[in-house]
Amino acid sequence: MAYIKRNDGRKFDETRPIEARVGVIKNSDGSAYFKMGKTIAYAAVYGPRSIHPKFLQNPRNGKLRCFYNMMPFSSMGERVRPGANRRAKEIAMVTEKALLPVVDLTQFPNSVVDVFIELPQTDAGTRCAGICAASMALADAGIPMKDMVASVSVGRVDDALIVDLDYSEESYENGTVADIPTAIISRTGEISLLQMDGKLSREDLKKAIEMAKKACSKIDKIQRDALKKKYEVKNE
Amino acid sequence: MGKLLVEDKTIVTPGEELAEGMDFLPAEGTFRDKDKIIASGLGLVSINGRLIKTISMAGKYIPKKGDTIIAKVTDILMSGWILDINSSYSAVLSVKEARDFIRRDADLTRYYDIDDYIVTKIVMVTSQRLVDASMKGPGLRKLIGGRIIKVNSNKVPRIIGKGGSMVSMIKNATGCSIIVGQNGIVWIQGLPKNEIIVVKTIRKIEQEAHISGLTERIKAFLEKGTNKKIVVEKVE
Repeated sequence: MAYIKRNDGRKFDETRPIEARVGVIKNSDGSAYFKMGKTIAYAAVYGPRSIHPKFLQNPRNGKLRCFYNMMPFSSMGERVRPGANRRAKEIAMVTEKALLPVVDLTQFPNSVVDVFIELPQTDAGTRCAGICAASMALADAGIPMKDMVASVSVGRVDDALIVDLDYSEESYENGTVADIPTAIISRTGEISLLQMDGKLSREDLKKAIEMAKKACSKIDKIQRDALKKKYEVKNE
Repeated sequence: MGKLLVEDKTIVTPGEELAEGMDFLPAEGTFRDKDKIIASGLGLVSINGRLIKTISMAGKYIPKKGDTIIAKVTDILMSGWILDINSSYSAVLSVKEARDFIRRDADLTRYYDIDDYIVTKIVMVTSQRLVDASMKGPGLRKLIGGRIIKVNSNKVPRIIGKGGSMVSMIKNATGCSIIVGQNGIVWIQGLPKNEIIVVKTIRKIEQEAHISGLTERIKAFLEKGTNKKIVVEKVE
């Protein structure tokens, strides 16, 4: 049976409803909340601050350090064991690499900017939601940035190319599934994250990336609006 | 002929295009990409003739030579003190830069002990952000009593006001002594109930610094808080 209609009734190129806010964590230097359907990500930025042990310091440049964590109660299945595991470390690394091209830490030698991404509720697309939240949190913390990063997953379920897969689509059983998380640097349209899980033809991949770019430009607008909203004039 | 893409005094996000054409020049918080000028951080646009810059709204204090700051002693060295200056970096106050001559074998805690707050001046910052402080100068001293609050260091100019007008208005209204460090640490001493009014006022300035008509609003707020009429001195 072909995948003609999406499980939640969305169009093929439609993302889940998005909600974004900044400045949600008071004790951090910058923070953001990014909700995409049922997936929720919080990001908190601390720094630039001094980094220890000292051998991790880089006298020419500041360091960006990301952490990714799924909370124990976040998944629909079994309890997630807290703490870093193989998967979390990998996602933290790709998040860092997705954000690094836009962050400019040359003004902060020997220091570190820590980004903590926490997921209290997940329904696929967590690394994308995490990157979106982290990008907003970094801007909120006043870190010098050349641009912002928006991220979305695209893919193919059976023979339909779709944007923003949820868990039911990612685990679709009546056909093949390809899941491609992407991160796009908004202004230049450069790709800073591209991973793939599953099988996809070369033509389909090109089409999928085009779909991702379109979706990311919409997400980018939501991110920027959220940042501006923090400083809006409040009518008394 | 170039074209401005944003209005003066609007809030922009990283990567936003500010102007087109080579007649505009990028200043602080912006950079040039081909013929466009791009914002490199979250901030308020300020256009001054051909110069375009953004004034950042967030971010840690960056130590600058000549700044008078409030610092906390965190450690004592063989020949000086380590200071926490509410920045990504710490500063060093050498015994040579203390107010009076200190003998080599003297007990340094007798001058400034750990956890003491001092008003000090930054005399040097290197490329690697090593910071030297000095106590030689008028008004530089150890702080005794009062209370300390931390504010966003980017809002310090608004708390002080043009020629110190804002801070002197608060001083006159509440009768408190106030010292505002460039690094965003503020020291307040006075009657406890007046200290609380000062803290509330400063928090209000911090929140509404970028909205025009600030002085009028703060004046009304202080009048309500102290039940006194305030006469604003005109600064030439």
